[in-house]
Amino acid sequence: MVEIWFGLAAIMAAAFVVLDGFDFGAGTLHLFVAKSDGERRQVLSAIGPFWDGNEVCLLALGGVLFVAFPRVLASGLSGFYFAIFLVLWSLILRGISIELRSHVASPLWTAAWDASFAAASTLLPVLFGAALGNLIRGLPLDGDGWFSLALFTDFSARAPVGILDWYTVAAGVFAWVTIAGHGATFLAWKADGSVAARSHGAALWLYGAATILLVPMTIATGIVNAPMLAALPGRPLAWLTLAVAVAGLAAVGIGLRRRRDLMAFLGSCAFITGMLATTAVCLFPVVLRALGDDSRSLTVFNSGAPDQSLRIALTWYALGLPVVVIYFIVLFRLHRGRAAAATGREGY
Amino acid sequence: MSDPLLWHRLQFAFTIVYHYIFPQLTMGLALLIVVIKIGALRTGRPEWDETARFWIRIFAVNFVVGVVTGIPMEFQFGTNWARFSKFAGSVIGQTLAMEGLFAFFLESAVIGTLVFGERRLSRRAHLMAAVALFAGTWLSGYFIVCTNAFMQHPVGHGLAADGTLYLADFWTFLLNPWAIAQYAHTMIASVVTASFVVAAVGAYYALLIAHLGHARIMLRVATIAGLVSSVLVAFPTGDRQAKLVAEHQPIALAAMEGHFETGAGVGIVLIGQPNMRERRLDNPIVVPRLLSFLAYGTWHADVKGLNDFPHSDWPDNIELLYYSFHIMAGLGTLFILTMGVAVLLEWRGRLLTHRAWLWVLMLAFPFPYIATTAGWMTAELGRQPWLIYGLMRTAHGSSANVESGTALFTLIGFTGIYFVLGVLFLFVIGREIAHGPAGDGSGLAPHSEGAHG
Repeated sequence: MVEIWFGLAAIMAAAFVVLDGFDFGAGTLHLFVAKSDGERRQVLSAIGPFWDGNEVCLLALGGVLFVAFPRVLASGLSGFYFAIFLVLWSLILRGISIELRSHVASPLWTAAWDASFAAASTLLPVLFGAALGNLIRGLPLDGDGWFSLALFTDFSARAPVGILDWYTVAAGVFAWVTIAGHGATFLAWKADGSVAARSHGAALWLYGAATILLVPMTIATGIVNAPMLAALPGRPLAWLTLAVAVAGLAAVGIGLRRRRDLMAFLGSCAFITGMLATTAVCLFPVVLRALGDDSRSLTVFNSGAPDQSLRIALTWYALGLPVVVIYFIVLFRLHRGRAAAATGREGY
Repeated sequence: MSDPLLWHRLQFAFTIVYHYIFPQLTMGLALLIVVIKIGALRTGRPEWDETARFWIRIFAVNFVVGVVTGIPMEFQFGTNWARFSKFAGSVIGQTLAMEGLFAFFLESAVIGTLVFGERRLSRRAHLMAAVALFAGTWLSGYFIVCTNAFMQHPVGHGLAADGTLYLADFWTFLLNPWAIAQYAHTMIASVVTASFVVAAVGAYYALLIAHLGHARIMLRVATIAGLVSSVLVAFPTGDRQAKLVAEHQPIALAAMEGHFETGAGVGIVLIGQPNMRERRLDNPIVVPRLLSFLAYGTWHADVKGLNDFPHSDWPDNIELLYYSFHIMAGLGTLFILTMGVAVLLEWRGRLLTHRAWLWVLMLAFPFPYIATTAGWMTAELGRQPWLIYGLMRTAHGSSANVESGTALFTLIGFTGIYFVLGVLFLFVIGREIAHGPAGDGSGLAPHSEGAHG
């Protein structure tokens, strides 16, 4: 039962990164791929119908952890206290920037919101990447599974650790490059004219960089968490997810070269999903890894909710999840085609 | 200063009170938008469509501030109330997760269609989008109220071997009688808020002698909805809620009324000040025997006073609880009066030109917000000292690994961010109101620029 819920949490996390990732990525490139007011409104129109639903995936991930792994949710959120509020405040700034920007037709008003939208969209993937880096590196859990982390210490990735060290910063940068590349493939597919052209160019550069960075990131991961990397050969599911990631990366390359924009975007989705899934499969059954003393780690087995709760929750989850998938399909169909810039008061 | 519990409580209280300013309007307004859109479909008159469009624009701004201030709420269970989340997560997490899965995804999918999709959809399809959004917001409300109801009156749970709670009976938990009563009371209160807001804007235009066609629609819809909801919020829903408090939280009832000495045939206090040192109510004006009747259904029922409960079980801020309850109940009575007079004037066809009552309606809109806030404070302060009634004390639920200065720092951060957010919200809403409902909503209407900032 807890294994199923670990899978559901991983799926929700991947859905969040892939879906909200494309609008984070569009935001981080906002100032570079869109120059005029019309072009910037085109970027916002491209993500406008989707960003709110994408962000609900983060709440849904929180919901899965709350029901299935309350110990993990409690320990993780309270231990990362400052970083969580940095994320929450960035999300507030970002949502407000998207929605208020086009309410006032003043160049100063729109310029300010464009800048805050881009800044928040840049900070968020770095923070989420660093958070994943923390989970891989491990946390100073006490005997009851609690911890409390400073924002940074000496950047050494050895105790006493902080939220930011050389590895987690590298993970944040890698996440930013990948998410920016992901957003670029989205805009190349969804935007039009010069925005799409510039996004296509950015996607080539960013995905090139991500592919190159993949090698040092894998080596670094092997340094901070050798057991995780060592688990890979023994887990056939990880071979499969890794194959998805590699195929996705190939699809991005081919799609970008031949200007098959949807193929590149879907490839990017597959690459990110595959990478995250591989990480999840190799980390299993550990959810919060204890630094130094493996026996303190929070695993799905020692932190899962009682079976009665999980069985009940699975029933309604099985009913709800297909409905959510249908919402997303309807939403993407309703807003198919390239986004045009909105004009006047209507639209973004 | 050094007690982190105080800062955890203040931060949650501040962020939830601020957050709830927005959804209480969206939930009530979603219903009124459906009503106005049905009116548009039936009359075929453009003023109805323009009025609907105007309120959808206000709704959209309100909705987004509700979304961005709502996200921190769910995460603060983990950041600031970690021991509570660990203890009760697999129960209360159910409704919180269901809210995401069944309500938030629906709302997020529909909101864009409602705000920007009118031209692409048929009139009926656009009405259906409004109905779907109404369903989404009201569904979301149920899951949250149900979560709170478990904290007020826990049902359907069991205690697992590891000392945490588990969900034993799903339907008992989901159909908690407390949740049903509180939901009815809360949702109707949100209709009261929306009615007063719509009436205030209608009164504003009527007083300015601008957009009179739209003002008439707003005033008609809002006064009728306002009177009906103001009555329903008091009776039967408020009455039912009070009876549940009397049954399950008698100590909260005693504290709400500043009632210290147990006795039979207890009266209800209209005005008075609780004096905690002397353990009595100073300067009370009392309606005899009414509390006994309202709480227990007979004129001479015993109402247990605070003195007969152990001091350690007293709500920890009885004065605030007492004042919150009396402000809510007092304002609720005035709402019936305000909307009753307005409906009478509307029925006689005189509201649109009755400047005195238009002034009253225009300036009355903050009071439902005050009443709902006071109502929630009554519920949450009355629950003290328990976090989950009878199961976990508030002092045992906060995050032990977060220092007081850390919690105070984020509280200050929220204060600053929410101040800026409030200024921006009022600025944008002010511009929408100045722009007015006329026109098709595309292209800035030149006459409105500069009228409001």
